[in-house]
Amino acid sequence: MEIPYTVDLRPDTRLTNPKLGIWLFLASEVMLFGALFSTYIFLRVANAEWGPHPDAKLNVWLGMINTFVLIASSVTMVMCWATLKMNQFKDFKRNLLYTVVLALTFMVIKSFEYGGKFSHDIFPSTSTFYATYFLMTGLHGIHVVGGVVVLVYFLGPGKKMWETEPEKFTNRIEVTGLYWHFVDLVWIFLFPTFYLLS
Amino acid sequence: MSETEGGAPAHGAHGAHEDHAPEGFWRKYIFSVDHKMIGIQYGITALIFLFFGFILMLLMRWQLAYPGEANPLLALVAGDGAEFFPGGKITDGFYNQLGAMHGTIMVFMGVVPLAVGAFGNYFVPLQIGAIDMAFPRLNMASYWSFFVGGVIMLASFFAEGGAAQAGWTAYPPLSEITPAKGQIMWLLGMVFLITSSLLGSINFVVTIIQLRAPGLTYMRMPFFVWAQLVTAFLLLLAFPPLEAAGFMQLSDKVFGSSFFLPSGLVVSSEQLGNSGGGSAILWQHLFWFLAHPEVYVLILPAMGIVAEVIANNTRKPLFGYKSLVYSLIFLGFMSFIVWAHHMFMTGMGEQVAAFFQTTTMIISIPSVVILTALFLSLWGGSIRFTTPMLFALGFLPMFGIGGLTGLPLGLTITDIPLHDTYYVIGHFHYVVAPGTLLGLFAGIYYWFPKMTGRKLNDVLGKIHFWGTFVCMNGVFWPMLHQGMSGVSRRLFDGGESYAHAQDVLWLNKVMSHSAFALFVFQLFFVVNFLWSYFAGKKVEENPWEATTLEWAAPTPPIPHGNFETVPTVYRGPYEYSVPGQERDFVPQDQAELA
Repeated sequence: MEIPYTVDLRPDTRLTNPKLGIWLFLASEVMLFGALFSTYIFLRVANAEWGPHPDAKLNVWLGMINTFVLIASSVTMVMCWATLKMNQFKDFKRNLLYTVVLALTFMVIKSFEYGGKFSHDIFPSTSTFYATYFLMTGLHGIHVVGGVVVLVYFLGPGKKMWETEPEKFTNRIEVTGLYWHFVDLVWIFLFPTFYLLS
Repeated sequence: MSETEGGAPAHGAHGAHEDHAPEGFWRKYIFSVDHKMIGIQYGITALIFLFFGFILMLLMRWQLAYPGEANPLLALVAGDGAEFFPGGKITDGFYNQLGAMHGTIMVFMGVVPLAVGAFGNYFVPLQIGAIDMAFPRLNMASYWSFFVGGVIMLASFFAEGGAAQAGWTAYPPLSEITPAKGQIMWLLGMVFLITSSLLGSINFVVTIIQLRAPGLTYMRMPFFVWAQLVTAFLLLLAFPPLEAAGFMQLSDKVFGSSFFLPSGLVVSSEQLGNSGGGSAILWQHLFWFLAHPEVYVLILPAMGIVAEVIANNTRKPLFGYKSLVYSLIFLGFMSFIVWAHHMFMTGMGEQVAAFFQTTTMIISIPSVVILTALFLSLWGGSIRFTTPMLFALGFLPMFGIGGLTGLPLGLTITDIPLHDTYYVIGHFHYVVAPGTLLGLFAGIYYWFPKMTGRKLNDVLGKIHFWGTFVCMNGVFWPMLHQGMSGVSRRLFDGGESYAHAQDVLWLNKVMSHSAFALFVFQLFFVVNFLWSYFAGKKVEENPWEATTLEWAAPTPPIPHGNFETVPTVYRGPYEYSVPGQERDFVPQDQAELA
């Protein structure tokens, strides 16, 4: 027996199960990052010496480049879904590859930033500012890596589903896209919070 | 687990879906994706954890009744060189481990997995007429994440320095300056348990919203399903902040950051070498933002079970079904804005305290509405005093006591003197132990026939009920009394600090002996459970003559599919004693009135 509404819309709710599921998951993610941003506010207002070490400020340029890298990856992610909807599987694969490359670019830039801090002996133990910075951007980074794993799966073995169940496959890409945009959105909050407001 | 599943290919109902190859042992019992098998896995694991947590409590009660004396049973297993209980004497450090782990195990590994993981998994799909949960593989992942978290927690007793010792609330700075590695394992274990409940709660919400059988509108859903829906939302939205807090405490302990450690903290006359700038109060906020909704996670499924059992055994509809549902939803919303009433002692401002006192008083209203409606449901019913009904009836006054003793704790003026006393322990145990646990036992006795095709023995069940009911009161009532006389909670041995409370200390022996007797009465349950599973009285599909959809499925329900045909729902959940009918119940899937 098949579980209903994995692909078709349920008539009264007008949702598929995965679509509702991913929105609920994102709601819990909002609470997760909401708690972290609340922590940031809580600790910052209670702390007179907030901010980075004068010799080891966060690099606004790198942060800004990364912001645009992630926004670009969101665009290619939408293109993945749009090309599938238009039945252009080749274009889909190209766009998916772009998304993966952009995500990896983000992680490479991020690791240079982290490495720079470590080489100046700056760690989470240095100050509460850096602890918050490392924890929040680190957790965001883990989300990016998790997304990359899923994208690479669709680039490799996962893409076979297109031949057997194209509609289900398109839905999967849409759901992955929703997650990806959320991860992107978190960064758009993180960038001003740490790079511009410190 | 049951006979029919044991001979799977021979099951007659399999004809409808022959495409299912017979499953091997591993797929069927271990890595099963069938919601019923996962429910049973959750149930058995949770019952074992509950029993283990109970034993930890018995050791604590021994120390409280006989401070510093060797426990004869522990002495049998421990030599004089035993780290935590040399010669059977419980050390102060070990007592702290027992306290922290008793709370953690009972809440996160016992009651919630039994209430949500077991009953929710098994009966929500059945009661809404679905063939399974919406995401079966996610369901399996949820169980195994829970299992791994549980194993980490248990293993932490063997970590260097022992298990977590800073209470189930893990308040910093205590939890962060303790050298015991068990605290790190506690945090890792919590990450797994939280992940498990996140996966589970997404699954529950999607299942209930998407997989309801044709005709099953929201206002025709059994109250138990409503309770599980609200519970799932609470788990979904309240747990992530604790996960964030867990990461922060982990970072403090592993990377030496200072999220929860203020500047200039002095421990044992030495200043800590950390950067400072953190706040211990922050942890309390994040912790209680989860842990207050968690209280409702503990109680709502039990309320759902009690509502089912009461409607079934009074043979009449629940009183005020709609107001029950609306109260439940309101309760869910309110539970997110009362958390700081656990923190009146932290010196918050008066305005903040006033806000949380007000919301706390408001949240008591829907709880009272629900309890009152359940009481009024008894009015004028011809009550069948079956074993599940006894447990459900026991739940009502016990939850009432638990709730009413909570009111003084919701107001600063009474909370401040009572907060660090046994009164608080008595209060919340009345909610969770004689409250929730009686409700969950009602569920076991009520649904066991559907799960196994056999009934639990009535005589053993009634002995279990009366013993449990009396002994639980023997354990928890004196706590309220001791607390009001100023006996502090958490202490290994109060010693001189109990000089003012000498005339209530004898109650420690009453409580401890009640607890030991409670243990003996649980053995009746264990024996009953095992014996009835193999040799209990066989019953038909609907032994309680109930109306909801789980009783329309074969007993036990068909693996991977539940029903012979997907049922259609024509009426509300509790149509008992409809005038002019031949039988005194009309199942939800019966199309026409006779």
